[in-house]
Amino acid sequence: MKTLFDKIWDKHVVKSITEGVDVVFIDQHFIHEVTSPQAFNGLREKGQKVFRPERTLATADHNVPTINQHLPIKDKASFHQVESLTNNCKEFGVELFGIGHKNQGIVHVIGPDLGKTQPGMTIVCGDSHTSTHGAFGAIAFGIGTSQVEQVLASQCLVLNRPKSMKIEVNGTLNKGVTAKDVVLYIISKLGTEGGTGFFVEYVGNVFSEMSMEERMTVCNMSIEMGARGGMVGIDEVTINYVQSRVHLSEDKIEGWKALNTDDGAEFDKSVRFNATDIYPMITVGTAPDTGITISKTVDDAAFITEKAKKYMGFNGEDKINQQEIDFVFIGSCTNGRIEDLRAAAEIIKGHKKAEKVEAWVVPGSMKVREEAIEEGLDKIFIDAGFEFREPGCSACLAMNDDKIPSGAICVSTSNRNFEGRQGEGARTLLSSPITAAASALTGRVTDPTKYLN
Amino acid sequence: MKLSSKVIPLNIENIDTDQLIPAQFLKLTTKKGYGKNLFYNWRYFHDYEPNPQFELNNPLREGAQVIIGGNNFGCGSSREHAAWAIADYGIKAVITSQFADIHKGNLYNNNVLPIEIKPDELSVLMNYFLENSSAIIDVDLENQTVKVEESGFNVKFEIAPFKKKCLLEGVDEIQYLINMKEEIAEFELNNY
Ligand code: SF4
Repeated sequence: MKTLFDKIWDKHVVKSITEGVDVVFIDQHFIHEVTSPQAFNGLREKGQKVFRPERTLATADHNVPTINQHLPIKDKASFHQVESLTNNCKEFGVELFGIGHKNQGIVHVIGPDLGKTQPGMTIVCGDSHTSTHGAFGAIAFGIGTSQVEQVLASQCLVLNRPKSMKIEVNGTLNKGVTAKDVVLYIISKLGTEGGTGFFVEYVGNVFSEMSMEERMTVCNMSIEMGARGGMVGIDEVTINYVQSRVHLSEDKIEGWKALNTDDGAEFDKSVRFNATDIYPMITVGTAPDTGITISKTVDDAAFITEKAKKYMGFNGEDKINQQEIDFVFIGSCTNGRIEDLRAAAEIIKGHKKAEKVEAWVVPGSMKVREEAIEEGLDKIFIDAGFEFREPGCSACLAMNDDKIPSGAICVSTSNRNFEGRQGEGARTLLSSPITAAASALTGRVTDPTKYLN
Repeated sequence: MKLSSKVIPLNIENIDTDQLIPAQFLKLTTKKGYGKNLFYNWRYFHDYEPNPQFELNNPLREGAQVIIGGNNFGCGSSREHAAWAIADYGIKAVITSQFADIHKGNLYNNNVLPIEIKPDELSVLMNYFLENSSAIIDVDLENQTVKVEESGFNVKFEIAPFKKKCLLEGVDEIQYLINMKEEIAEFELNNY
């Protein structure tokens, strides 16, 4: 009896070096401009080619501006980094979806959306949120640049087999509770290191009833509990999603189904939560494990620290739903997909944002942006006073111009609220797209439930 | 690898990679030049004016090659720039009770030794170095020990045999994989 993880891993072991250390073949490799230049330099120095260029796909996402993408990037260093990616891809024969390309977007949004991410695969990228792709029943995880170079040179990595962890959530979700709230809740219970050394499988009706977009949101944040990655079993939802993007043979589909975790397979660790205990969540500290229910106070966050309270300027007794806000950011590889934009638009429709709040919607990819425009979502956002921008990582890590000013409070649908993550001195509160949307309307942290029919 | 050095103790848990090297410094396309910006937000006020409260700026710790950090060191992003910044600053070993997985791998790949010791051992070590700014630590990879002569502290640490071998013999994972290319091609032939 084996787990999904073990079945996929075992199929990809080229060679075992020592007990627990394997050379593992990588099916799909994604790269972006920030973590790949030094890897290409390494290849050049060693006189190496890319071993299997067709298994690597590149995009520019972290540095790209989200307004006027047709103009050259103003920031010199950003311009240079994006240009290096273009040159490297050309020189080494790697396919690139650069700025302006119809398939450009955040690497973890485009891979799945183009049908590149498939069940049963091993998938890596020099980016910790590669865990997103685990939603397809794949082993997907982030790597460092030295490893990017290894994959480019050999299509393999030397890896320790992680331990296995089962996270089970069953029951009916409360109104207003999204995939983001579920994962923020789990992290608020386990802590940012609760998953360190483990690879997670999410099981239970809550996950099997989720769409692929929702599963991606959950798996995306696996890294925020320290896990190497997270995955969801392969079912009709998975197969329908992939099939609507690429042609699949019956054999392939049957093969995938057989990969699922066997009944009675053992995990090194198991935890279980009740869906009914989860309400819309918001983080109050400087680590993703500081989520609380929106009706609660700062000190209700189990992992809140004095240092974090000081940085955030919060007192323990502060009720978070009284907190005034300055910015709202809807986007990122966690919540920048079409479903996220639809959900936010649904809340906003017919309303205006609070005057003092600056609100940005940044689609995760060109394709998401086009779809949103086709559905008229852009108008809903713009009519409500939001900015509807061009795709990229944007204020998730503020490597481009999309920075939150020092001291400002931003309700953000991204995945990290670390000190300075959204700009020096910026204060980030992580939430779902509908909580972010509702908060933009009122100008303070707001439970979205009352905006739902 | 044997090391006798001063120490920078950072009694902070969950030191994330955004603190090790903030995003605005990720735009270089080389591996050098990051050390100056290690811990940028904690280390400096504006315009690189040193914050005297931060241990990296303590003159008594100058030349330290070892960082002792709180639990869950290096959590967050996969950016190897964090490891490049640590290595570029001149750090040869980082000691904590648990590293975030990706960062630990990145340290290894840049010849910085990540050492994990038990939480109670860590707090003894941390407190000692917080109080003794110019004290010396001895790290011995071969024997897998961390010692402080003056205090009698002496513990063993675990390390994966393959990683130890790589560090001691200078085996490069990438060279190892490049040498395996024929075997990898054969694997592909049989499996795809
Ligand atoms: S959106 Fe944020 S978390 Fe996702 S890849 Fe971009 S920077 Fe990383």
